[in-house]
Amino acid sequence: MPLWDIIGPVMIGPSSSHTAGAVRIGRIVRLCWGSDVKNANIYMRGSFATTGEGHGTDKAILAGLLGYAPDDPEVRDGREFALRSGMNFNFYEEDLEGAHPNSVRIELWDDGGRRMDATAASLGGGVVSLQELDGFEVDVSCLLPVIIIMNRDVHGVVGAVTTYLSSHGINIATMKLHRDSRGGLATMVLELDGREPAVTPEEIKHVHQAIVRVISIPGVAL
Amino acid sequence: MRSLQDLAKLADELDTDLHEAVLAADSEATGVSPDEIFDIISSRLKDMRRSAEEARRNTNPCRLVRETGSLIREYSDKGGMCGGFLLRASAIALEVASYNASMGRIVAAPTAGSCGILPGMLFSWEEFYGKDVADKDRTLTEALIVAGAVGEIIANRATLAGAEGGCQAECGAAAAMGSSALVYLRGGSCDAVSNAVALTLKSVLGLVCDPVGGLVESPCIKRNGLLVAVGALAADMALAGVTSLIPADEVIDAMGQIGRSIPPSLRETSRGGLAVTPTARALLKEAGKIKS
Repeated sequence: MPLWDIIGPVMIGPSSSHTAGAVRIGRIVRLCWGSDVKNANIYMRGSFATTGEGHGTDKAILAGLLGYAPDDPEVRDGREFALRSGMNFNFYEEDLEGAHPNSVRIELWDDGGRRMDATAASLGGGVVSLQELDGFEVDVSCLLPVIIIMNRDVHGVVGAVTTYLSSHGINIATMKLHRDSRGGLATMVLELDGREPAVTPEEIKHVHQAIVRVISIPGVAL
Repeated sequence: MRSLQDLAKLADELDTDLHEAVLAADSEATGVSPDEIFDIISSRLKDMRRSAEEARRNTNPCRLVRETGSLIREYSDKGGMCGGFLLRASAIALEVASYNASMGRIVAAPTAGSCGILPGMLFSWEEFYGKDVADKDRTLTEALIVAGAVGEIIANRATLAGAEGGCQAECGAAAAMGSSALVYLRGGSCDAVSNAVALTLKSVLGLVCDPVGGLVESPCIKRNGLLVAVGALAADMALAGVTSLIPADEVIDAMGQIGRSIPPSLRETSRGGLAVTPTARALLKEAGKIKS
C-alpha cells in the first residue's frame, strides 16, 4: 500500500468499506452502464444489508450511481440527489449462499429495453471488486483502467485484441479469460497500465467481428 | 517498506532525515517521485486540518454517542489533570471521530474508524509546541510522512483492518503512527521513533473491535479520544530514553499474530463484546432501524 493510501483516502465517513467503498461501487457500475442511470434495483447482501443504513451505504451507492466521488460532501444527500435527478430506485435485501459479506447486486435498465446486472463487493479500506457483469465473472478492483470485452468464443479474438492494444502502445497489466461454454459467450477482462486508454470501446469492437460488446472503465482511484 | 529497522538503516546509509528516507523508499516502490509524494501528503494534511476545523463546528448528531469534544474543551479551559496538550489532542480526536460518524469529510489515516487520532496529536502539538516553528505545514507534512511509513510497515507485516486484526490494527496503529510523528516533531532519533511505536503498540495488543450496532461510534469515538494519550506518553517515554525490550518490528509481528487469533465475533462483526451487552441491545432497539 503506498503512503497516500495509508494517509488517506479523503472520504465522507463513517466507514471506508460501507461508505467510501459503496460510493466507488456505484461509480464503477455507472461507468459500466455508460450514461445517466434512470432505473435501478439495488440488492444489498450481508453486512451491507444489516448495517448499511447506519453507515449511509444506501446514500453512498446512489451518489456513486450519480457519478459522485467518495470525498464529495454531496454523498450525504445521495438519496435526495437521486430523487431530484429523476432516478427511479428500489432497495432490497438479498440473502445468497456464498455471497461476499459486504456486497451488492445492482440491476439497471432504461426505457429502450437495455439492461445491465452488476455485482460488486467492498473488500475493506475503500478497495472494491466488480465481481460480475451480466452473469460473467469479472473480479477487478478498477484501480487501474479496465477494458471488458464480450465476444463469441471463436479462434483469434484474444490475439487480435492484444495485438491491437500493443500497436497503440498500451501495456496489459493483467488479463483474465472466461467463457460459458466452448463456442459460447466469452469475456476478456484486461487491466491496463497508465492512465485512461487511448482507444475507444467502439474502435476495439471493430478489431474482430466476434466481439459483441466492449466496456471501458477509467481507473477509479481510492 | 517492510521494517522500521530497514528504514532506520536506509536513513543512515543515505545520511538523510527520516522523512526523506521514507520518500526515497516509497518512490522506489511506486515509481512516483519523492516531490510528488510529498505534495500528495501535504494535501492530505490540508484535508486533515479542514476536517478538524469542520468537525469542531459540526452540529450533525451521531446515532448513539452524545456530545464529547466540546465538553473536554470546556473542562480543559478550567484546568484538568492531564494538561492542556493531552486534553486538546483528545478533544480534537473526539470531534473528528464524531464528524466521521455523522458522515463528515475526513482523512482515513489509517482508517475511517481511527481518523481522529492523528489530527488530535498533530494539531495539539502545533498549538502547544509549534509556535516557534517557521514552516509549520512543511514540518507537519514531514511528520505525517513518518507516521505514514509506520502505518505502511504495520500494513505490510500485520494489518490495518479491524475485520482482520481488531481495533489494535486501527486505533492502535493510529496511536503508534501519531506517536512516531510526535517523536519526529520533537527531534527524536530513529531509535526513539521505533521505541515509541513499540511502546504504544505493546499497550494496545489484543484490543478487539466490537462496535455497537456495527456503527463506527461506540466504543470507536471515545477510543480515538483516549488513545492519543497512550501515543503521546509513549513518545515522551521514548524521548526520555526508555527503550522497548521487544523491537518495534517484532511487536508489529506479534500484533498480526494476535489479530489472527482474535475470534471473528470480536473482529468488526458486532457479534460479541460490547456489541452484545444488554445496554447495547436496548439502545439499538430504541434506535429502531439499525439492525444488530
